Amino acid sequence: MRRDLLFFSGFSLLVMLAPQLFKGGYLMNVLVFVGINTMLAIALNLLLGYAGQISLGHAGFFGLGAYLSGILTTTANLNPWLAMPLAAIIVGCLAGTIGFPILKLKGHYLAMATLGLGIIIYIVFNETIELTGGPSGLSGIPNLKLAGISFDSDVKNYYLIWGMALAVMLFSINLANSRVGRALRAVHDSEVAAQVLGVNARLLKVQIFALSAVISSLAGSLYAHTMTFISPTSFGFNFSIELLTMVVIGGLGSIYGSFLGAALLTLLPEFLRGANDYDIIIYGGLLVVMVMFMPGGMVRGIPAAFRKVVRRKEVRDHA
Amino acid sequence: MLEVSGITQIFGGVTALEAVSFSIAQGDITGVIGPNGAGKTTLFNIITGIYRQTSGTVQLEGRDVSGYPPEKLARLAMVRTFQNIELFSGMTVLENVMVGMHTKSTSGLLACALKMPWSISEERRIRSAAMKWLEFTDMVAYADTVAGNLPFGKGRLLEIARALAVEPRIMLMDEPAAGLNSQETVALAKLIKQIRDLGVTVVLVEHDMELVMDICDRIVVLNLGRKLAEGTPREIQESHEVIAAYLGDGD
Repeated sequence: MRRDLLFFSGFSLLVMLAPQLFKGGYLMNVLVFVGINTMLAIALNLLLGYAGQISLGHAGFFGLGAYLSGILTTTANLNPWLAMPLAAIIVGCLAGTIGFPILKLKGHYLAMATLGLGIIIYIVFNETIELTGGPSGLSGIPNLKLAGISFDSDVKNYYLIWGMALAVMLFSINLANSRVGRALRAVHDSEVAAQVLGVNARLLKVQIFALSAVISSLAGSLYAHTMTFISPTSFGFNFSIELLTMVVIGGLGSIYGSFLGAALLTLLPEFLRGANDYDIIIYGGLLVVMVMFMPGGMVRGIPAAFRKVVRRKEVRDHA
Repeated sequence: MLEVSGITQIFGGVTALEAVSFSIAQGDITGVIGPNGAGKTTLFNIITGIYRQTSGTVQLEGRDVSGYPPEKLARLAMVRTFQNIELFSGMTVLENVMVGMHTKSTSGLLACALKMPWSISEERRIRSAAMKWLEFTDMVAYADTVAGNLPFGKGRLLEIARALAVEPRIMLMDEPAAGLNSQETVALAKLIKQIRDLGVTVVLVEHDMELVMDICDRIVVLNLGRKLAEGTPREIQESHEVIAAYLGDGD
């Protein structure tokens, strides 16, 4: 427990010092996205990695947070700090309501239902033109302001978003190691045994689905207020798959794994600029390779590979 | 304690149980026996809320609990173990038992995630209670082992420890001796008696006749979905009907 806290403190310190290392520049902008994607990957991981329930529609919740924040602050002229929690509450209630019927489904059927949900949300963004601006997007979303500081530069946004991302991380780590987190993992491993021990699996799944949607919505709001412009393409099916890839590649059921997955999949396109139309193929390939060779994700696979190399070297040195 | 009356279960066109009735007294160890396919596990699944019976009622301490889901029965202090042990294989042994404390703790999602003071003290209480049950089942040495890596016999003990953490008044065990070697079975018999001495009413489905005759106060015999006989181990051993069901009637 104490070691967990120490590790988290070290990690936070590194995150907070990173801007000094990179001295602003383009990379700061990318690291802002790593922060947003880390929140989203953790949200999906709570559902998939801990509770064992898949969602192929999480880009939809991300988009709902972004659009609700965008609409509430432009059309309704609300303060962004008010719009964010309001959007999160609306998305949470929506996810809870939808979650009750669809979380009765298991495996492929749940994947299909959430896939459909994501696509419906995407279509709504495109078609309700008078609200969302349709395919041409929604612009003029205000930046967040705090005590006279407007979060309008990459470095300021970095601190804002990583502050939130670290809070989400700590929140999720605490949750995972608690009564509720254990119940989640129990439902994942044997739903019937969890129920026999008094865990209301159905309610718990809906709760975690709603929580996951709320975190995604908050990430969406932050995205909208930092970008100031949003359009439906950011919230489509491809992005849901990208999130799933982050979670699996990073490591199911590991909060730091979600960070690793988010970091890799956010930084990778920067190095693959020439291949922009093939990115989905590269993600797919990566997913297959990871599942085959590192089923536990990077967070478990890399240390294991490292230990293997060290052991081989020792054997060689002895020979 | 537990009263089963007129339980009938029909799957499609097959009658798995037909009008089965019996009652179980507080503090007894009751064995439910019968040849394969007699409907023992089906009966357990109905009593513990996993199946919903076609007709008939289950009463727990005078309350009609027919159709209650398992999690609600756990709150009424009824718990069960499974024939093919159902461990939380990705969690440690201690964490498995801690899940058993679910009904004895109340911290919600937000309280847990925000580490509220009461959830921290509750966590401490959960941990120490879980350790107590590991001591009771002699599993302390395995506390930090991942449950999926346990040998089968230890997995069985873990499942029992985990069920005890619910602090049940009645515990149903589905073939607790299946897959155990003779030494482990002897230890199991002793453990079941210790559980009874805690004041827990025990019901077990079991094929190991030596174990059943040794520890049970009463026995219910099922055959082809019907209750064939009921009585003390001695009465059952002498019953011609039971002998016929197990060995054929010699015609």
